[in-house]
Amino acid sequence: MALEDYKGVFTFAEQVDHKITGVSLELIGKGKELAQELDDKTVTAVLIGHNVKDLADTLAEYGADRVIVVDDAELETYRTEPYAQALAGVINEFKPEIMLVGATAIGRDLGPTVSARVATGLTADCTMLEIGDFPLEAKEGVEQKHKQLLMTRPAFGGNTIATIACPDNRPQMATVRPGVMVKAERKPGAKAEVVEFNPGIVKNNRFVEILNIVKDTTKVENIMDAKILVSGGRGVGSAENFKLLEDLADALHGTVSCSRAVVDNGWKPKDLQVGQTGKTVRPQVYFAIGISGAIQHVAGMEDSDIIIAINKDENAPIFDVADYGIVGDLNKIVPALTKAINEYNANKD
Amino acid sequence: MKIVVCIKQVPDTKGGVVFNPDGTLNRGAMLTIMNPDDKAGLEAALRIKEQTGAEVIVLTMGLPKADDVLREAMAMGADRGILVTDRVLGGADTWATSTTIAGAIRNLDYDLIITGRQAIDGDTAQVGPQIAEHLGLPVVSYAEDIKVEGNTVIVKRQFDDRYHELKVEMPCLITALSELNEPRYMTPGGIFDAFDNGEVTVWGRADLKDVDDKDLGLKGSPTKIARASDKVRKGAGETVKDLDPQGAVDYIMGKLTEKHVI
Repeated sequence: MALEDYKGVFTFAEQVDHKITGVSLELIGKGKELAQELDDKTVTAVLIGHNVKDLADTLAEYGADRVIVVDDAELETYRTEPYAQALAGVINEFKPEIMLVGATAIGRDLGPTVSARVATGLTADCTMLEIGDFPLEAKEGVEQKHKQLLMTRPAFGGNTIATIACPDNRPQMATVRPGVMVKAERKPGAKAEVVEFNPGIVKNNRFVEILNIVKDTTKVENIMDAKILVSGGRGVGSAENFKLLEDLADALHGTVSCSRAVVDNGWKPKDLQVGQTGKTVRPQVYFAIGISGAIQHVAGMEDSDIIIAINKDENAPIFDVADYGIVGDLNKIVPALTKAINEYNANKD
Repeated sequence: MKIVVCIKQVPDTKGGVVFNPDGTLNRGAMLTIMNPDDKAGLEAALRIKEQTGAEVIVLTMGLPKADDVLREAMAMGADRGILVTDRVLGGADTWATSTTIAGAIRNLDYDLIITGRQAIDGDTAQVGPQIAEHLGLPVVSYAEDIKVEGNTVIVKRQFDDRYHELKVEMPCLITALSELNEPRYMTPGGIFDAFDNGEVTVWGRADLKDVDDKDLGLKGSPTKIARASDKVRKGAGETVKDLDPQGAVDYIMGKLTEKHVI
């Protein structure tokens, strides 16, 4: 199979409980941008599940030109093997040039399994995708390939970044970090070509049995989706004192998050932790309150649009990344700020 | 029962990242540690060993100095170590790395393979599932809990807003999260035994089973680095001090309204 026989941008349309995940729509948006620079400009979403065909319209409204639906009773709930059979089956049949998958707890399991199955490379957790030349600069004696997918990702806990190409294998596969790419504007009523395809899901030794599914209802808010995060660190002092931050978050319609020290002290659950061993967030506004700003924390939040830091230690490293830093006592400033915002909102209405 | 635990020696980014004067990372000055997810995987294996008398073999691929991380694992209680090291294996991406490790594991009897979910230097989470793929094994990644029951393993598999309790037949591969447990410390006697008498087998390219040279090392890696750089860190903005609380609030309110946040 020659490399040029692989055509088009494909995206994995991840659905959980019959809902398309946000990153799946972001992948279509990015896929459309990339396709503009390729010979084949179609974007195909691959929808895998059971009785999910009706979701194709949503994918079309967000820009998919074509939706391939793999429907099988074995695909009701995510399990690695049947989903890998489905996606690898689609790749072998339709031969995409580019295959994008969300870097979720599902995509980071499915992606590596499928890439190994179809014998191609996979670049994890990409934060930037573009079409360009590889090598970037022409060199004598080295063939420079054009229209390659250039995949940029952070490594080393966000301390380094690397741009990666996959010049000799197809498809070029990437998992893409949720929240980084931008959805296309929704076009109500848009339709896509829908292709039903089932490669034949074969039961084998690699199937696992689901004994139980437990939804964690305490995870009411995903900090990765928040537009405004009010994040607290060791300087907050106690679990009880987080009330000050919760009140501020309420006033701003934001969400509370925290640093690792807070989780280690048992003040907040791990789901709310920002940083290298927690979650990477990029809200519009990130309040770092009583957070010193260790490099592992900064790695998880430095791409926020606006960072506002409040800390009593003027030498705290958080001030090196903050757009606006305030040296002062959080116990005095935070409640007064909450009050000012509430008053501002009351007067606005 | 035999358990193979794959571990990696990584630079310690938690103990303090060291920068050069020009702002780039000074890797030479950083300490190395056993990758945290791998260490949790090793601890899980050692707990199974305590229950069932399983043999625990630790395997790593790396430079010759990665011998240290195998000795550390043996000082915690692993029975023996295998170091896969060869110049031709260097520069491998996850495809070539998983091909190499699978080629090494094919020489071993095993019921269970445990890897960490991801290493803190690359953060890809790809090598575990890819080893399983090369060996044709069932894989369960993101394990929060692992229990052996007869010929099966019961795994609590973490997802974003839920977990699945899964039953998987052995032989299988499981990738461990660091939340799985609190790894034990090395014992003084264990350190003495591991570093003086511990058994570490060294394998090179010739010892890998059923692998093709075209799938190994830098040349066998489908992904190629086009550009790598130390991240340009965002510069500091403005910092105000000596404001009274009301002054600080006025300052923040000014910024929030100026940026249309409120």
